Amino acid sequence: MRAIAMGRGASVRAGWRRAAEAAVVLALRGATYAILLAAGFVFADIVWKGAPVVLRPTPPFVNVGFLTQAPQTLHVFEDGAGREVRLGERDFREFQARSGRAVAARSFAHAGGGIMPCIVGTVLLTLGSIAIALVLGILCAIYLSEYSRQGPFIRVVRLAIVNLAGVPSIVFGLFGFALFVLFFGWNVSLLAGWCTLAAMVLPVIITACEESLRSVPAGFREGALALGATRWQAIWTNVLPHALPGMLTSSILGITRVAGETAPIMFTAAYVIRDDLPWQGLGNAGEFFFQGVMALPYHIYYLSSKVPPNEYTRDARYGTVFVFLALVFAITLMSILLRARMRRSRPW
Amino acid sequence: MVSGGVGEMEAKETGLSRDAADDGVGEARADTIISVRGLDFFYGPIQALFDVSLDIPRNLVTAFIGPSGCGKTTLLRCFNRMNDLNEEARLVRGTIMIGGVDIHDAAVDPIELRKRVGMVFQRSNPFPKSIYENVAYGLRVGGLRDKGALDEVVERSLRNAALWDEVRDRLGDSAMALSGGQQQRLCIARAIAVEPDIILMDEPCSGLDPIATMKVEELIHDLKRRYTIVIVTHNMQQASRCSDRTAFFYLGRLVELGETMRVFTNPAHKQTEDYITGRFG
Ligand SMILES: Nc1ncnc2c1ncn2[C@@H]1O[C@H](COP(=O)(O)OP(=O)(O)O)[C@@H](O)[C@H]1O
Ligand SMILES: [Mg+2]
Repeated sequence: MRAIAMGRGASVRAGWRRAAEAAVVLALRGATYAILLAAGFVFADIVWKGAPVVLRPTPPFVNVGFLTQAPQTLHVFEDGAGREVRLGERDFREFQARSGRAVAARSFAHAGGGIMPCIVGTVLLTLGSIAIALVLGILCAIYLSEYSRQGPFIRVVRLAIVNLAGVPSIVFGLFGFALFVLFFGWNVSLLAGWCTLAAMVLPVIITACEESLRSVPAGFREGALALGATRWQAIWTNVLPHALPGMLTSSILGITRVAGETAPIMFTAAYVIRDDLPWQGLGNAGEFFFQGVMALPYHIYYLSSKVPPNEYTRDARYGTVFVFLALVFAITLMSILLRARMRRSRPW
Repeated sequence: MVSGGVGEMEAKETGLSRDAADDGVGEARADTIISVRGLDFFYGPIQALFDVSLDIPRNLVTAFIGPSGCGKTTLLRCFNRMNDLNEEARLVRGTIMIGGVDIHDAAVDPIELRKRVGMVFQRSNPFPKSIYENVAYGLRVGGLRDKGALDEVVERSLRNAALWDEVRDRLGDSAMALSGGQQQRLCIARAIAVEPDIILMDEPCSGLDPIATMKVEELIHDLKRRYTIVIVTHNMQQASRCSDRTAFFYLGRLVELGETMRVFTNPAHKQTEDYITGRFG
């Protein structure tokens, strides 16, 4: 009797356990699907509304004007046949001159033209800041992982690096503004933006560089030292060449962060509108570093917050976001491929 | 420096190591090249070598044997100050004289020391460079630029390492493509290219098959005419085959050092006998 009762109790408990297990799995799966849903929704929206702005169904398959012009004011008016016409600033002037009369039109700032200066500006900001961060980061990583003796000071340095990684980007923006723009007097400039962005990605880069250095077998260092090499000779000839590919590929992930941030550049490097490309209208080569540039993330911020949202300004917004996302995807994809290739070609 | 506690402990336990050391030191000849006296060595708080004293004669092969973890590698890496690189490592007491010079003297440059005291590692570690560049590495970091001189040394070193005939047609190929045994002989060639007086070998054959092992042993036999060789080995047969003198270590102490024949046929200590007859280790 007793044995049977116990058996029944156990089977009821087993049933509960199974139900609880199923509920947990469902909750976990639901959370995962929610992520997929959110990401899918965001991407679908951007592609759906942005792709038609940038891509074309006929050769050359892209909207060349959008990729090669500067942002312009968009003018909307009705032509003689009562059709709605949208023209950028330059085309509108031409049209007016040809028609020989003032055309009554509604105007929308920044909604016409293209985003060439933003693309160029973002590329320049990214390359420069990554270059600065790489040089500093590699030197710092070599010191930390090859030379320094573990002690309280190095622990503090490492703590500082970890904390630097957690600082919000707007704080970097204000820091850069205070130090580079005001104190050094560089004004809103490429150089100030580079340094600010470099400071922001430095922790990521240092960590990546240290990891690559650690992945070089100890035997390469010891073997060199045992042959009478100095530490620096061993590092230069036998460690760095093997760590460098890893440092570079891991740093590409830093690129996406640098390219994507708005806050660090809004006070230090970004202009709302600038028709000249960075290499145009320079008095001397030095001026190149002290000019502000347009940038994709800041342009998006500006379009979304300062330009009234309506059907005429929508294309500029979605087109810019689409190009921006495509750029970031391309960089990420490249880093993944490079990493995979490097893993395969590692000589040890 | 040395704390009172360690000193007292030493005093109590010297019985065994004194005897053993006397064996080594007693047989010392005029042509001693490495001379160790009273070495206490720590990794952090853990003592790895206890009062080790021994003499290593020039142009002979000395084998270090003993169970794993008894400090053979540690002592070997003291000879070229490789332990300097380990932050934990501390040589607390004792001296090491090489060629009559205290290697921890402030005037001794560890870089120069390592050129005179070459090392071959347990895991063969060719650099991922060409065979040629591997052998030329020590000379290049030493500042030699002359191509003709480099060529000459590379060929001579590879010949002396019994590798020349196998690689002469592919000096530009990556060293990583060589077999394990060839890689280890390449590491030996690399070490002798800088013309050291002493070559330290830390279980050079532990990763090799019997035929590759035999080749390395033959090589050791050839090399001892010109170099003093200290070889750590796990392999009793290897020690008896290729060494002139054998040192047996146990738990960080030198137990016995003497002519290899004598140590293997007539060990003076029970521990040595147990170890070489395979009763432990
Ligand atoms: N880098 C190190 N840090 C701390 N302890 C070590 C280190 N290397 C060796 N030891 C310790 O020192 C002792 C001797 O090691 P080792 O010289 O490598 O012995 P063997 O070569 O005879 O096997 C061992 O107990 C080992 O655990
Ligand atoms: Mg060992």
